[in-house]
Amino acid sequence: MREVAIIGAGSTQFGRAQWSLLKMMCEASHDAIADAGIGDRPVDAVVVANMGAARNNRTAGLASALVDRLNLFPAAAETVENGPASGATAVKAGFMAVASGVHDLVLVCGGERMREVNNFEATEFVSYLSHRYAEYPYGVTLPALAGMFARLYMDRYGVTPAHLAMVAIKNHANGVLNPKAHLRVGLTMEGLLTGPDAAMNNPFVAEPLRFFDCCPVSDGASAVLLAPATMAKQFKKTPVRIAGIGQATDLHAVHERPDPTELPAVRLAAEKAFKMAGLKPKDIDVAELHDAFTILEIAESEEVGFFPKGEGHKALERGETQIGGKLPINPSGGLKARGHPVGNTGVSQIVELVLQLRNEAGDYQVPGKPKHGFAVNFGGFGNNVVATVLARGV
Amino acid sequence: MRRALYDWDEGAYLTQEEGRVIDELEAMLRPPALPMAPYPAKSILLASGEVMVVREATVDEVDTLLKIVQPLTWLDRDYYDIVSARVFAELLAWKKYRVRNEYCLVGVIEGVLAGIVNGRMFDQGHGVSYHTLTLKRGLRVGAHLFAAKMEHHIEYLGQDEVWIVAESPIGHRRWMIEYPLDKKFEVQHELGGAPSWVLSRETYFKAKPRLVSGTRPVPAELLARSRPILKPDLSAMLVQIEDTLEARL
Repeated sequence: MREVAIIGAGSTQFGRAQWSLLKMMCEASHDAIADAGIGDRPVDAVVVANMGAARNNRTAGLASALVDRLNLFPAAAETVENGPASGATAVKAGFMAVASGVHDLVLVCGGERMREVNNFEATEFVSYLSHRYAEYPYGVTLPALAGMFARLYMDRYGVTPAHLAMVAIKNHANGVLNPKAHLRVGLTMEGLLTGPDAAMNNPFVAEPLRFFDCCPVSDGASAVLLAPATMAKQFKKTPVRIAGIGQATDLHAVHERPDPTELPAVRLAAEKAFKMAGLKPKDIDVAELHDAFTILEIAESEEVGFFPKGEGHKALERGETQIGGKLPINPSGGLKARGHPVGNTGVSQIVELVLQLRNEAGDYQVPGKPKHGFAVNFGGFGNNVVATVLARGV
Repeated sequence: MRRALYDWDEGAYLTQEEGRVIDELEAMLRPPALPMAPYPAKSILLASGEVMVVREATVDEVDTLLKIVQPLTWLDRDYYDIVSARVFAELLAWKKYRVRNEYCLVGVIEGVLAGIVNGRMFDQGHGVSYHTLTLKRGLRVGAHLFAAKMEHHIEYLGQDEVWIVAESPIGHRRWMIEYPLDKKFEVQHELGGAPSWVLSRETYFKAKPRLVSGTRPVPAELLARSRPILKPDLSAMLVQIEDTLEARL
């Protein structure tokens, strides 16, 4: 198996697009290709990650359309739909294509345009992830699942509403520094929780989760260009190696899991990725975790082994996960502030880590020249998870 | 003593008789006004930690408000065009005495305008909600200001109910669903189109603990900083309102 490197990365602004989904994806792809500086070398294959274009944008066959729009003929083209884990799954597909020797240069592009439909429809569309018979008919939405998860987690591990707010405050503060973030507004504990007007500022969405515990509905596209590590040094940017990728699944209906506060798919995916990379959680310098809801950042930080179970919120309290902390988590603002165009998110996490490992993240650059990055892309409610370990250089 | 009117076409001051005729005509055009209780200013601590003062605007401030609102009348995003155009007309009508019993509340952060709400008394018992225009989005400024407007109608103007329509899906979510309001389709709201929904005293007081916030009195120094009303940076405001990737470029 060949080593695989990321030689180019690019992304659009996150937020609300008036452009078409395809145009956003072209912009991100063009940026990634230009970033790599491959000149006239042909892109051999294109893998697209998307979750809802057929429903929300009346568009299908995105990968073929992207090849056409970018004039990348006769590149192979395929689209990956794997819920909110589509992004990292597409990166994994691209990784396998290069590692196996089937293709050399592979463009992986994630794109989602959710704001084409209204919020009710967007929530409904994301709810299609829930179990068709055991959850969906009863009105279970993703915020509802996250709310129940948070309630159990808080009862068991002593996580408080203040800890959830700390995640939002940290990630919004990071988002303010990221020019491409969807929400660039700072938050305060007083404004969210302890002040006189907090109840109105930050109402319950799915108790105990409040408005600012939930990620926004975003549009956005991101892309990375993959190449064999042996070829990577020919190009202009510092290559970032995909050192490990792991994926795991879990029971679809959350109530069927032996312990709903456990996220075994996160744990197993991370273990596989670390094993492939020959690294341990303590080797990671920067991480992008899937904080669609604030509680998930805390829970995932424990499941992947950064902190012992039930102690993620204590590390948060100590400031260890801030930019400049011992292990910065979501310096980009995460899903919470950078935004969560669902099918794209996994690719955008990789783009953010590439910027960090190349020391190109600007105002939100993690200090100390990080060498290893780690991402968790969380699909469904933890029933399909991809973890990725990246390493600077080849 | 009233100053004599000047006729610019004739290049001369009007006679007393001519002035009297104009005054009489104006009196016929001006609607009679009901006495209206003032809205006591309050301060709201937003999620960002910024403090927004919510206070009644005066007619003297209308020109400033018009200048801020006018550029938004061309913004085809979330119905900002129609809402801004209507707010513009309503404020102008207020200043020119062509609508009766109107009031306007503003949300101001360190002097900079964050939002406008307005409405009027239809009669002693019934209020008409006009518009809610948010200039600073993402911090529930519009929701706070709409709640302040309802507070004004029910608690300070002492009315029994407020007639409301929404002109945008966001408004429908915020008012009809979030309070929730009752249908009163037999009343034709004066904004035209949609039939009225109604906020009754009972609904208001039920929703109040959840939706109405703010602290009174506002410290004098803070209140002083809410005047004069300052214009938000136009491009920042348009980007923020439009909230599109393109607008940021």
